[in-house]
Amino acid sequence: MCGIAGLIYKGKSANVGAEMTAMLQALKHRGPDSTGYAVYGEGSDGNYVMRLKAAEAEDMHRGRGIYQILDERIAAVDAILAEHGADVKLKDRVTDYALRYVLSHDGDTGKMAEHIEEIDGVEILSLGNGLELIKDLGDASDVAGLYSLNDFSGTHGIGHTRMATESDVDIKSAHPYWAFPYNDVSVVHNGQITNYWLMRREMERKGHRFMSNCDSELLAVYTAHNLANGMTLEESLRRSIEEIDGVFTYLVATKDQLGMAKDTMAAKPLVLYESDDLIAMASEEVAIRAILPQEIDTYDPYDEEIRVWQA
Amino acid sequence: MAGVTDAQLKEMSQEERVKALGMTTEQLTGKSLYIEFDPDAEERFIYPWAPDVDFNKRTEIDTDEMSTTQVNTRISELMAEGFGTIVLKNPRGKHSIGVGILSKLNLIIEGSCGYFAVGLLDGPNVRINGRVGWSCGENMMSGTIMIEKNAGSTFGAALRGGDLVCRGSVGSRTGIDQKGGTIIVGGDTGALSGFMMQRGRIVVCGNAGKNLGDSMYDGTIFVGGDIQSLGVDAVEAELTDLDRAWLTRKLTQYDLMPGRGVDHFTKIVAGKQLWNYDNLEPNEKKLIL
Repeated sequence: MCGIAGLIYKGKSANVGAEMTAMLQALKHRGPDSTGYAVYGEGSDGNYVMRLKAAEAEDMHRGRGIYQILDERIAAVDAILAEHGADVKLKDRVTDYALRYVLSHDGDTGKMAEHIEEIDGVEILSLGNGLELIKDLGDASDVAGLYSLNDFSGTHGIGHTRMATESDVDIKSAHPYWAFPYNDVSVVHNGQITNYWLMRREMERKGHRFMSNCDSELLAVYTAHNLANGMTLEESLRRSIEEIDGVFTYLVATKDQLGMAKDTMAAKPLVLYESDDLIAMASEEVAIRAILPQEIDTYDPYDEEIRVWQA
Repeated sequence: MAGVTDAQLKEMSQEERVKALGMTTEQLTGKSLYIEFDPDAEERFIYPWAPDVDFNKRTEIDTDEMSTTQVNTRISELMAEGFGTIVLKNPRGKHSIGVGILSKLNLIIEGSCGYFAVGLLDGPNVRINGRVGWSCGENMMSGTIMIEKNAGSTFGAALRGGDLVCRGSVGSRTGIDQKGGTIIVGGDTGALSGFMMQRGRIVVCGNAGKNLGDSMYDGTIFVGGDIQSLGVDAVEAELTDLDRAWLTRKLTQYDLMPGRGVDHFTKIVAGKQLWNYDNLEPNEKKLIL
């Protein structure tokens, strides 16, 4: 079933970490397997923030040897960063297997990301100036507590509670997906994509990589491909309605935008709230009410509806 | 059924009551829950176990800290105490609020509800001063539901009777599998509204999305605005004087009468090329529908 949520403030920042946690916790019943956030801060002086995982959560239960493997993988990441001339300003080992780097880099971040992902077991969750992508097993309270998200200040964010139907219960199949290697673009999705393999093969032929067998990852790769080829976010969303088969509602966030698209059947839910300074959306109204307890006006977007909002 | 009083029925267990009402629950016979009709039996318009409530006896429930189950249980308890007007405060998007009420009641919900709000009703009058999510009023047998704001998709799914009214706009698949009753929408409705509807009427004062009335068996859809496209076997029909009179009465009743009257409404019915049960015996129709 899965639950998705998004919020964006116009021209100001707020505690989007805590607000997204409240929304996703309200959607826990739609997906108890994993929870993910893509939240957008204000960046730090042009530096990049890179989030990665060096193992799956379940790998930590496979004996003490995993710690040595983790150390080797992280050392390999550091070596590649040094090789690419990245200046690491901050390195935070948030959990045993998840790390957050703040770094400055003048070169090709896409190339650097590709090299890092050549390390067996390492996956970059996000890389960008504003984006911080966090996902792990458990509900929103668990993940927010583990990654100290409840005081994250930013302009916008999207989130996801996952009920695994198409692929495994693990972090690599959890949402959101970073639109590798396109900085600051992330996707969450609720639905099933029925031409997944056809579209995936097409994307792979064009040189894109997939880290999971989750159909939602396709939307991230597809969006990255479109944006890299000069489309606006709105054009990419519009094109997806024509090219992607299935039932879906998905949200895309960029450094300063948040967009939504709904399939041709309007088979997957989304409730929208819009005010002068805040737009909030979720699979269920109960999530919006978690941050806006007062009486508000909300509505369901229709089939094939595309919307994009600016931070 | 004959010879069993309401007082006796009230004292019975559910199983005894089912048998006394002529129903049988044997399994694997293919005839579970059929009713043996007795032509001498008195017609029952209310359920024998329905509480005797007084509309002038009013109370409020603050649902903010309550679960849906607690809210619905509390409604039952208050009805058993004779309260005929119950106001729910702070529903805050909870799902399945006020479902399964099978007797007269004035239920007022001050705020917005989530999915499956006030479904499976048979008798109450409900006013929701907010918005509702998907499948509001699903399977209602009788009563009225009035929503002051917008509603989500599958509004009035499988509706069997009563009036379901939304002053705002509703989502997609409004009245899907509708089997009776009336759905009235003050604003627009989304794609596939009236999909496979079998009986009843849908009135949309605004615009309708694509594939309106797709695969409908029967029933009537009236649209005041534009229709994006008709579905398979949905066809336009002539608006008759009876239709005008009915539309005028219903829209006036719910204060949704357009300033320009009802002459501009488009009437959509089943073309009956896809499904046509007109030649069947009534009992055969009943089996199918």
